[in-house]
Amino acid sequence: MNYTDLFRITLPETALEVAALLVLVVDLGFLRKAALGVRTAMATALGVLGCVTALWLMQGQGSMRFTADGTPNTLLLVTGGYTAVAQAAVLGLTAVTLLLLIGTTFTRHVGEFVAVVLMSATGGLLICGAQDLLVIFTGLELLSLGLYVLTAFAKSSGNSAEAALKYYLFGGMSAAFLLFGFSLLYGVTGSTNLQQIAAASIEMSAAGAAPLLYVALVMVSAGLGFKVAAVPFQLWAPDTYEGAPAPAAAFVASVSKVASFALLISVSMAMVNVFGGAHRVFMVRVGQAPLPRYLGIQQPWSLILVIMAAASMLAGNLAALAQSSVRRLLAYSAIAHAGYILLALAYFSRSSFSANAVLYYIVTYGLTTIGAFGVIGVVERATGSDRMDAFLGLHKRSPLLAAVLLVLFLSLAGIPALVGFWAKFNLFAAVLRVSDGVVPFTLVALAVGMSAVSLYYYLQVLKRAYVMPAADDTPIRVHPVTALVLFAIAAAVVVLGCFPGLLQDWIATYNPVP
Amino acid sequence: MAWTIYLSFAGALIEALLPKGRAGLARAFAFVVALAGLVIAAVGFAAGAGQGRVTIVDVPWVASMGIRYTLAADGISRVLVLLTGLAAVAGVLFSWNIDRRTNEFFAFFLALIGGVYGVFLSFDLFLLFVFYEIAIVPKYFLIAIWGSTRREYAAMKLALYSFVGSAMVLIALLAAYATSGSHSTGLLDLAHAGLPVSFQMWAFPLTFVGFAILAGMWPFHTWAPTGHVAAPTAASMLLAGVVMKLGAYGCLRVAMSLFPHGMDPWGWSFLGIGSWRDVFAVLAVIGIIYGALVALVQTDFKFVIGYSSVSHMGFVLLGLMTLNQIGVTGAVLQMYSHGVIAGLLFAIVGRIVYERTHTRQLAELEGMHLSRRMPFAAWAFVIAGMASMGLPGFSGFVAELQVLVGSWNARPWWTAAAGVGIVVGVAYTWRALQKAFFSDAPHTHHVHGNHGEHALEPITWPEVTGFCLLAAASLAIGLYPRILLDTIEPAVKALLAGGGQ
Repeated sequence: MNYTDLFRITLPETALEVAALLVLVVDLGFLRKAALGVRTAMATALGVLGCVTALWLMQGQGSMRFTADGTPNTLLLVTGGYTAVAQAAVLGLTAVTLLLLIGTTFTRHVGEFVAVVLMSATGGLLICGAQDLLVIFTGLELLSLGLYVLTAFAKSSGNSAEAALKYYLFGGMSAAFLLFGFSLLYGVTGSTNLQQIAAASIEMSAAGAAPLLYVALVMVSAGLGFKVAAVPFQLWAPDTYEGAPAPAAAFVASVSKVASFALLISVSMAMVNVFGGAHRVFMVRVGQAPLPRYLGIQQPWSLILVIMAAASMLAGNLAALAQSSVRRLLAYSAIAHAGYILLALAYFSRSSFSANAVLYYIVTYGLTTIGAFGVIGVVERATGSDRMDAFLGLHKRSPLLAAVLLVLFLSLAGIPALVGFWAKFNLFAAVLRVSDGVVPFTLVALAVGMSAVSLYYYLQVLKRAYVMPAADDTPIRVHPVTALVLFAIAAAVVVLGCFPGLLQDWIATYNPVP
Repeated sequence: MAWTIYLSFAGALIEALLPKGRAGLARAFAFVVALAGLVIAAVGFAAGAGQGRVTIVDVPWVASMGIRYTLAADGISRVLVLLTGLAAVAGVLFSWNIDRRTNEFFAFFLALIGGVYGVFLSFDLFLLFVFYEIAIVPKYFLIAIWGSTRREYAAMKLALYSFVGSAMVLIALLAAYATSGSHSTGLLDLAHAGLPVSFQMWAFPLTFVGFAILAGMWPFHTWAPTGHVAAPTAASMLLAGVVMKLGAYGCLRVAMSLFPHGMDPWGWSFLGIGSWRDVFAVLAVIGIIYGALVALVQTDFKFVIGYSSVSHMGFVLLGLMTLNQIGVTGAVLQMYSHGVIAGLLFAIVGRIVYERTHTRQLAELEGMHLSRRMPFAAWAFVIAGMASMGLPGFSGFVAELQVLVGSWNARPWWTAAAGVGIVVGVAYTWRALQKAFFSDAPHTHHVHGNHGEHALEPITWPEVTGFCLLAAASLAIGLYPRILLDTIEPAVKALLAGGGQ
């Protein structure tokens, strides 16, 4: 254990923490008497600065590995590769979320809000690179605790408190499951390192069935499934999305998802990439025909993911059809999107294209969702509601908001040439590239069919924005910074949709496809 | 010719940014853009007359996935691009009276046109699919915002039908991409990839049905009548004129040329149906007869035209399934012909008649003596009706004749059944013509009496221009079909030969 190394590898995290403390000091120390607008602007600026600094430090790091005793067997943290992409996404999306804070009035404690966002993002950065069960758990808790606080931040709103309590209870429960699963994994395999666990599981499955391993996997999937809101661990999502203040909901829906999926990439990667991917490892017992192949926990893990994926796609899309609150609709659509991504994690390849497809999806999905919550936040402040009918005549009340909503929702539905379509295509192509069997194909067909269903509910909102007559014609004022951020997000969605190679190549510079 | 696409999309963007309330400006600008598109299409058509496939642009788009931005034009593309240009100009002319949210209307209109041009010019399956889906959203908004009867229902139905169809195509696309080794999505590359027959056997029907939904193939046609009826005139003209062609074009360009072995016999037959080809031909024939019979009993003038489109598109699909030179050529010609004629019919019914009488019910029109009060409309419909019936001298005659000859060569009884459709086609056109314009029924002005006998507005110049444009387009091809046939035939020959049939 070399603490200099630890310091070097966690420089971006440190930068975020410093920024968080700085925000608190400036906000509580120097700006106590200042107007809310000034304090919000200052806190946001410092927060964004922190993210940018962390991003810059992260770029300088390159590929690093941190181990407990110097051997790869105790690998704790890595940077570079797909981790770098995920960390950059976490930082970038955090900055965008913070920018949407400007103009909001749900709390007077903006300093604390920004600080908690940054600390939570630190947890997100950690789990992007975590390779060890204990680091994973610590990072997850760091992320989650912040999210619970953020959800409850609108202190005058009963909904916010209710949402936070539900989120916290479900979260606490799933963390317990996760920890129990981790302890079982450690007890059975004797290691807390992901690669070691995967390798040990192969030996174990060759020695005979190990039911305890499967129990552990189910427990772990409960914990991680909760984070990404996969069915059947999705119950918190609609309430949290509905009750949380808009920037907090955007943070939950984007940054937390990106980090959690990055963690899932690490887990899936460890299972298909045993011993660093130098060899494809099977245990083969001689003398029996046909030779059985032992893949350890890879197959049961895939199976669990497939079940969660199919259930999420179905339940998310079908439940979204019945929603009248746009936030709940987004929550169910998030569940559906999680389903698509889980599919690619279930059929995961050792080659980097799978990880890149998942990264492409979560980065673009996170960006789109933040934009959607930005629009919802503005509309909510103007109308006091997030019901679909609050969007009536939006094209007259604010052409910009309506146009942004059009682009973002069509992208979520997967209409080309918007980035959401590319993300889906890339993801499904990756699934079929890994396996061309009947089952993955059926699942992809289900996913494509379900995204046809999703067009219906996205159009329900757009119909109100563009088609149906307005109940109220007063223009909606959009804060210039918010307008700029929303416009930039929509423009990014269009540009990346027209030139999908840009983002793909950028991801590939970190995680090259051979 | 690639500029047709870029101009349309740029035009759509500029229209969206135009100040609200400047209807005249929006109209004039849209007209200029559509006309420029038509000129480019016509020049491209004339310039490419003797040539085969000409590649316009071919650059890598998503290099890591082997997706290229390939635009090219062969004879079939050139004809359909020309049709799109005609339909666009006529559509703008017949929507001259749109006063509400004019700039948005033309923005969606031009975006739709741009997508359609894109589909016809794409020679990369992925690119084609992208343009195909781009066309879905504007259709929804055109109908939902500016439509009439049950517009939100019809718009949603159309959007979901299209999207389900394209989801089927996307599944096949993904599978073909994966099966061929994930190297390329170019149409030619995929066609030469040697996809296994067992794969083609299920990919073909999936793709064909996916596209044929938009071509109005029975029993997936139900979006067409409701969509056509609900849509504003220009949108119905585009829907029937070019959007249904997208479906048929996809069937030909993607389903049939990528998965030709999907049409091979199964090795067993049931009721004389022994391959997917037979299945779709039978569905096409059913569509021809069913559309015509249903059109015969409609009480709404626009529904008559809506169902007639289903019937006419049946000829296109039947022509495709003949798999011989003359039949497929006829199918492509019928795409052009129906595009022009359906545009004409919808323009007369939706714009010229409905905007003045405010009814489309044949029973109410009967009492209005329109032949006396609107002689232009009456004679325009006579001409359009004759074209629609397939009288010699109009493009429909040449096209349907070729389809019938082709299908006789393939399966004589298809021809016999389709012939029944033609007879019924004469009947429903005649009935609509008689009821709407030349009826002697007494006055029944109890509903719209306030309009009086003399209140009908005069015919405006955009209507006359639009009518002349489309009628001339049909007549010219009817009198001298070689203009198009010389372009279509080599392309069809190459396609059938390349398809391994």
